[in-house]
Amino acid sequence: MLATVTDMATIIKQKPHDPALPDPRNLGTVLRVLLIVNLGALVFAYGRQPNAVAVFDEFIQLAAVVEPYLLLVLAILWAAGPWLARQPFELAAILVGGVTVVAGMAVFAFVQSLVPQPPGTLARWLILGLGSAAGLLFYFHLRAKALSPAIAEARLQALQARIRPHFLFNSINAVLSLVRSEPKRAEAALQNMAELFRVLMRDNRDLAPLADEVELCRQYLELEQLRLGARLLVDWNVKSMPADALVPPLVLQPLLENAVYHGIEPESMPGTVSINLFLARGEVHAILKNPYRANGGRHHSGNKMALANVRERLALHFDAEANLSSRVTREGYEVHIRIPYRTAGPTGALDSNAATPASERTAMARDGRANSALRAARAALPSLSKLETVHG
Amino acid sequence: MVNGALRILLVDDEMPARRRLRDLLDDCCSVVPLAVVGEAQHGREALDILQNAAADLVLTDIHMPDMDGIELARHLLKLAHPPVVIFTTAFHEHAVQAFEVNAVDYLMKPVRVQRLLNALQKVPRLKPVTAEKLGTLPATARRFLSVTERSRVVLVPLNEIIYLKAELKYITIRTAQREFLLEESLTKLENEFGSRFLRVHRNCLVAREAIRGFERRVNGDGDAHWEVLLNNIPETLPVSRRQQFVVRDVGRVAVA
Repeated sequence: MLATVTDMATIIKQKPHDPALPDPRNLGTVLRVLLIVNLGALVFAYGRQPNAVAVFDEFIQLAAVVEPYLLLVLAILWAAGPWLARQPFELAAILVGGVTVVAGMAVFAFVQSLVPQPPGTLARWLILGLGSAAGLLFYFHLRAKALSPAIAEARLQALQARIRPHFLFNSINAVLSLVRSEPKRAEAALQNMAELFRVLMRDNRDLAPLADEVELCRQYLELEQLRLGARLLVDWNVKSMPADALVPPLVLQPLLENAVYHGIEPESMPGTVSINLFLARGEVHAILKNPYRANGGRHHSGNKMALANVRERLALHFDAEANLSSRVTREGYEVHIRIPYRTAGPTGALDSNAATPASERTAMARDGRANSALRAARAALPSLSKLETVHG
Repeated sequence: MVNGALRILLVDDEMPARRRLRDLLDDCCSVVPLAVVGEAQHGREALDILQNAAADLVLTDIHMPDMDGIELARHLLKLAHPPVVIFTTAFHEHAVQAFEVNAVDYLMKPVRVQRLLNALQKVPRLKPVTAEKLGTLPATARRFLSVTERSRVVLVPLNEIIYLKAELKYITIRTAQREFLLEESLTKLENEFGSRFLRVHRNCLVAREAIRGFERRVNGDGDAHWEVLLNNIPETLPVSRRQQFVVRDVGRVAVA
């Protein structure tokens, strides 16, 4: 009986992680491929030549062949990227091999037309090319596994749930202070808290619309304003934000929490936290500012942890295409986040409604999320049926 | 205690927190006679209020701008009749541990009325926490030094201090405007404020920010020594032979 229970537990926890091709249109993927192949070529050259100068010459000669070959393969994969992503992994891997062979033959033929005696033989080219492709696919597979949500989940969730206890208890205390004299405000505050903790405690591995995150941040800041009163001023600049952009949930809230904790709470004079969200050149930008006094007394390690946490989640979702930077300016402390602009795609209700008001878009975004939750539930059904067989 | 009523001062930077405590004290006042003599948003305001109004008990938050609760408790000891201090905190793991270890009284926010009542009933038997105990709490360095002048507590902001000089029983605090007398130990001050001050002599700490430069002086019998030149005041201070290395370490930075 006990054994059955543990079996069930493992079945429930099981999250099949299918191998998938790396996204050939992702900057991080492309950079990694370029770097690894060139390093490989350098090692190859080093193995063949005795001294440094000769190694360099050998590498240059290799590069004359390797670079056009590599770039051609990458260009084909870039063009076929979205289509390739829809194929099963095995087929996609074979297709990548096919592309490698065809591109190799094409480049070999081209080189042969320029110089009568091309370096190496066609067979040798193809073996090296296929070897590299297989090695790279294996590397990306391992990398995806290492960064897979299943492994990162525990850590991410632990970090995400780390809202400061200080904030929780102070907020409850603030709500208690309202219960007798202003029950309506107490209600609103409790509702905000419920929403905030609902998001904090749910599974946050999927991207969510920016509008949702902004709504969450508003609720959070309303709670802080309840405590801090006129000391906390908030400057929202979100008119031109892309409400439908998909971002990691809780990407902004922890940073605002920092801004309040380090920028507003240590000061008795009012201070402004400003949030600026906009779209520029296909990227979503978020700039958060708060006043900050370098010798304000409070240590900043908590801040570094929140920054590292957000940075790690951005890397998980977007690799090198997203970026978080922070700096101390004359006015205070500034965090700048860059995220590639992505939407739920044409199948969702998100893209087609650019003209609808933001509030409705938010509602639709929520529907979109509900849909994805449904899809996830359906995907989970097989394991549920397995669970039944265990029972039987 | 006048007329047996417990006089209480509330200190918290969050208005709702003060209001909550007031509500709870209202609930308690049928059991324990009490009167709230004032509310303050931070330690400095609390000290201002207590210069003119007496209190038996100060209920203070720990984290506050300008002056935190632990620093407030240290300055309160300079009053002629120091009140009992009970800390209130929402969550401060390290402070709470330290309170437990040192048997310093505290209440966790949100405060339960029964806990508050127990604490209030205990107050007449309590003595103010000693400076030694407060010194062991995990507090940030003080932002002020406090001295007693004509039974008033005067705060000297740390960033206005030019030098601290030990003379007999006292320490002289020098600011650009005037001097104050303080009863503390120079070594303890040096430890508490660390790099802010520089020891130039066995009996003297100088604020690094106040150092304008160093000057070599030769007296009548041919002995040479260094003098510290200071911002804002014409006075200079001798550097002892043992501390001469500071001229090399700091001098370059200050003069450049």
